[in-house]
Amino acid sequence: MSWLKLFRGKQAEMPQTATAAKERLQIVLAHERIGRQGEDFLPKLQKEIVELVARHVSIDPGRVNISLERGGDLSTLAIAVELPGPEPVRRAS
Amino acid sequence: MAQVIVVTSGKGGVGKTTSSAAFATGLAQAGKKTVVIDFDVGLRNLDLIMGVERRVVFDIVNVITGEAKLSQALIRDKRVESLSILPASQTRDKDALTKEGVATIIEELSKEFDYILCDSPAGIEKGALLALYFADQAIVVTNPEVSSVRDSDRILGVLQSRSKRAEEKKEPVKEHLLVTRYDPVRVERGEMLKLDDIQEILRIPLLGVVPESESVLKASNTGNPVILDAESQAGQAYKDAVARFLGDDRPMRFTDSEKKGFLSRLFGGRAA
Repeated sequence: MSWLKLFRGKQAEMPQTATAAKERLQIVLAHERIGRQGEDFLPKLQKEIVELVARHVSIDPGRVNISLERGGDLSTLAIAVELPGPEPVRRAS
Repeated sequence: MAQVIVVTSGKGGVGKTTSSAAFATGLAQAGKKTVVIDFDVGLRNLDLIMGVERRVVFDIVNVITGEAKLSQALIRDKRVESLSILPASQTRDKDALTKEGVATIIEELSKEFDYILCDSPAGIEKGALLALYFADQAIVVTNPEVSSVRDSDRILGVLQSRSKRAEEKKEPVKEHLLVTRYDPVRVERGEMLKLDDIQEILRIPLLGVVPESESVLKASNTGNPVILDAESQAGQAYKDAVARFLGDDRPMRFTDSEKKGFLSRLFGGRAA
């Protein structure tokens, strides 16, 4: 086999399958790594969202609900923040 | 206190046992008191690779069940002083291996040895989980091939969540990447994942690169860890990796394809 190569041009347009390998790995691992950290990042996410929302509106931190549902092709992150009713009108001092 | 090192990969057939045997022998050659434990209960092979298969009397399960003392099951290597082997059992089922039993063995070995190497079975089942559970450091053996890289990534996740260190929220297991069966010629042709690509994907420090080498098969044929073959590229690569592990700064070798001469181009041939 190898003597044939002498007659072939250098690197005669061979498909670079290694590039495909790298790209496929990056995609599949990006997906798998998210699934792996599932249990850990939710509490932190909830805390940070509560802090962020509380900066603008006063909310009850206990009335925030975050859920993550994983499906084969689609995962959904649902965030429900219950906002308090209209504030009582303040008396002028 | 001994350092517990797990040699793991997720995928089978990538060179865990070859690497365990080579690494344990290398550490012992460097004067470290080393014991290597085969965790592949039911499919033991470390004994063959280490060439001690005819000296196995008791195994790890015998020690756990109390049928033998640890000192009776340990096999002292005849080539390298300060190297011992604890074989897996061949016949028992995997449930014979318990966390408490392994904990006791590791604790006892810690008194006598500097390094305890755990040769993990493939997969992420009980045997593999037990092999990595007590680890302080992990050598992740990876081939430049998609399924091996993916499984290595998976096993890194397991190390970070299910090891004793992770459970006790201690400093995480120190991870090392050992790339084996690397073929620089195929890499240059674009047929094989590059070292840089593997590192970029797995993101752990590189401990060594072992080139694809005929000497690995020759070594296992005769039951001599390939690191004892000082002539071979694989043997030298393992020697380098052990030296790096012990703190030496050594450049990577055998990662570029050598410029072949006319004759070797004509007749092909592979690295020794």
